[in-house]
Amino acid sequence: MCYDVAIIGAGVIGALTARELSRFALHTVLLEAAGDVAMGATKANSAIVHAGFDALPGTLKAKFNVKGAEMMPHVCEELSVPYKNNGSLVGAFSEEEKAHVQKLYERGLANGVPRMEILDESALKALEPNLAPEACGALLAASAGIVCPYELTIAATENAVTNGVEFKRNCKVEGIDFADGVFTLHTTLGDIQTKYVINCAGVHSDEVSHMVGDDSFHIIPRRGEYFILDKAVGNMVSHTIFQCPTAMGKGILVSPTVDGNLLIGPTAEDVDDSKRDDTETTPAGLQLVKRFACKSCPAVSTRNAITSFSGMRAHPDVDDFILGPSKANAQFIQGAGIESPGLSSAPAIAVYLANVLVEAIGDVCKNESFNGERKDVFRFRHATDEERQAAIARNPAYGRIICRCETVTEGEIIDAIRAPAGARDVDGVKRRTRAGMGRCQGGFCGSKVVEILARELGLELNDITKFGRDSKILFDKTK
Amino acid sequence: MLNYDLVVVGGGPAGMAAALKAKECGVHDVIILERAETLGGILEQCIHSGFGLTYFKEELSGPEYAAKFIDLIEKTDIVVKTDTMVLNIDENNVVTAVNKKDGLLKIQAKAIVLAMGCRERPRGALEIAGTRASGIMTAGTAQKYVNLDGYMPGKKVVILGSGDIGLIMARRMTLEGAEVKVVCELMPYSGGLTRNIVQCLNDYNIPLRLSTTVVATHGTDRLEGVTIAQVDEHLQPIESTKEYIECDTLMLSVGLIPENELTKNVGIGIDRVTNGAVVDEMRQTDHKGVFACGNVLHVHDLVDFVTMEAQLAGEGAADYILHGERETVYVPTTTGNGVRYIVPQRVNIKNPNDVKLYFRVGRIFKNAKVVLEIDGNVIYSRKKIKLAPGEMEDVVIPADVLKGMTAESTIVVRVEE
Repeated sequence: MCYDVAIIGAGVIGALTARELSRFALHTVLLEAAGDVAMGATKANSAIVHAGFDALPGTLKAKFNVKGAEMMPHVCEELSVPYKNNGSLVGAFSEEEKAHVQKLYERGLANGVPRMEILDESALKALEPNLAPEACGALLAASAGIVCPYELTIAATENAVTNGVEFKRNCKVEGIDFADGVFTLHTTLGDIQTKYVINCAGVHSDEVSHMVGDDSFHIIPRRGEYFILDKAVGNMVSHTIFQCPTAMGKGILVSPTVDGNLLIGPTAEDVDDSKRDDTETTPAGLQLVKRFACKSCPAVSTRNAITSFSGMRAHPDVDDFILGPSKANAQFIQGAGIESPGLSSAPAIAVYLANVLVEAIGDVCKNESFNGERKDVFRFRHATDEERQAAIARNPAYGRIICRCETVTEGEIIDAIRAPAGARDVDGVKRRTRAGMGRCQGGFCGSKVVEILARELGLELNDITKFGRDSKILFDKTK
Repeated sequence: MLNYDLVVVGGGPAGMAAALKAKECGVHDVIILERAETLGGILEQCIHSGFGLTYFKEELSGPEYAAKFIDLIEKTDIVVKTDTMVLNIDENNVVTAVNKKDGLLKIQAKAIVLAMGCRERPRGALEIAGTRASGIMTAGTAQKYVNLDGYMPGKKVVILGSGDIGLIMARRMTLEGAEVKVVCELMPYSGGLTRNIVQCLNDYNIPLRLSTTVVATHGTDRLEGVTIAQVDEHLQPIESTKEYIECDTLMLSVGLIPENELTKNVGIGIDRVTNGAVVDEMRQTDHKGVFACGNVLHVHDLVDFVTMEAQLAGEGAADYILHGERETVYVPTTTGNGVRYIVPQRVNIKNPNDVKLYFRVGRIFKNAKVVLEIDGNVIYSRKKIKLAPGEMEDVVIPADVLKGMTAESTIVVRVEE
């Protein structure tokens, strides 16, 4: 069996591209090295849909960001993923910073960013009363939003699989041969043959590229550390608050999340090539986040922290997205070097990559049974009493609360496991349902989730892992 | 809509004792809503002994202590719904709950007793840097795995925090064949009971390192080790004292937080120190007809005190249901030197009975005096060889003293060194 196309990497770019390709009658396979989708940069970033004023005019970043941000609300609606158009503010905290804000405004105009406005101090404080007293102006970008990046990726993968894409997890590509117009991918699950490859391998995309002889770029792993604060302080700001870059760095953002928490971060620290998957937090990084978040909002306190995390961004040395056929092999299509604003650009990049592929193949039929809607997702915490009652009547498991902090039912957890490309470990359940995401961080529900996973997957409790590989939770039975 | 005189939220030791007391006082329709599959609360996983010495004058295990109350409840017509989660309480005392069998339940209550207990502080609240490996869990979660599920959650263990559950788990894991390498405590003293330090650590030669914390976790999949360090007087890690300890498990016993999400939604006033509701001597909150007791009100050291407190709440709720509102003249209780908090936070001086004040000190005191002062006069004082934050203390305001007080009176509890 030879696939038409293999997508390497099931992050937000790979997953949305897979979904775009499922509109066509193609044999598409989505390969993921980790045990679940969204395990790389997609899992841990700022979760922002940028308006598009940051990138320099003329860059791919500028072009795809503005287009992607425009597409995002519709994609999220089709996939039943929460998106909020909360708008963003770049705060000026001194007179000098006002000049920078003006520059961003002009850049935004050049990039075609809609609905921007320069705010004076009183207009800013009226919008965001909890900003620091030094805040004296801001760039408001009303088109900016927030989205949950892994939820988007999970939903896109689910929808792609429903529409015929094959998904293989724990399938790491370790080498690629090319002969007679066909790639042979040597993977941890054996050899896979495909006519085309789309490289969406994120922080490893240069390594994958190297396998076909394309050394045109290098990825510098760039770590960013964050805190998530309790929902009790989730409404401290309503917009995403950016700072102007200073000599000390790009600045720390303070933003609500679609789930109602407050997110502060990130740092930006380039790390060794060997540490591409080292998403550890550091004392220095966490201190930096705390210190700089207070510049925007003095009341932000990590006393309310429910967790901290770090993500690894795929910063390309060429400083722009790398999209389209590789110069080394025209059947190898790059979706590489995706860093901020990668999430915002993702819907547009996915359409672009799918189009590149379809044009390259030529005569491609539509997938007549394609359905882009993912609608039957029951979320107890968002449902009305009537909807809850009906759901419990349909399936009593929707009446059993497993996660107290986020009000997640057993029925939702079972759905997450049984879904196409469903959850196989505790963190997978957490990202799909929010069980364990709340203030107790799985203290109560963690063991129950382990039980449900074991039951659904026909495994013993001590077979269940936190996130695949050797991340086991339990050892042997007690004596 | 269902109607009950009394809805008790939580069927642990507090909820059970409150429900039984209310029944005994003559309340007709009582219902207990419990989120777990059985009554008993956290006692069900506390299979060690040491419960009941004060209340029953005998040493019981957690499940034995709970069973005594479960047996009593079964002899009454108290309605018990287990596997039932309370989702909301509104300002008119309507309780919304859900379970598999009944679906959504709406219950109009005349009075409500809040007895939801507490949760453990998780890793995220601690700012420990490092990886997100598996094998980092709270001591209570580990206790459930070992005692209820029958699985070992680790083999080489470091425990951060010397709260009672952590101490108990140090012994439990050792008995099950694990190696407990060290218990680290950030503070210069333990937050646990002295008896637990002796019986769970000293008896097993498990070192307790005070003024020491975990600064980083290591390992990409399962935990492989932690870095610990001593802390200075500002509780900041001292770089030169950093030490790597190989382990596959980090257990956290770093504090308990009353679970007051429902309480806050009703708009009930919360004490910033206890993280529980502000209550009077009958454990009535500032929302009429809503009472609170047990660990949801303040974290207790012994379940025996939970039972006694819950009986007060049950009695108070019964009185409210059967006789309606009483005349109240509230006087606040004030923490003096060395006292971190007092429960109740206010006392109705029209109460005809003795009123016991429970309190905790903020640090270790040796050879100090506990003093109760009313209107500037020392009413009571008691010498103590040792006072520790881990152990709850109490003083009593006698009924006759209460009778002589006015709305302008003051109640102060302090430690005299």
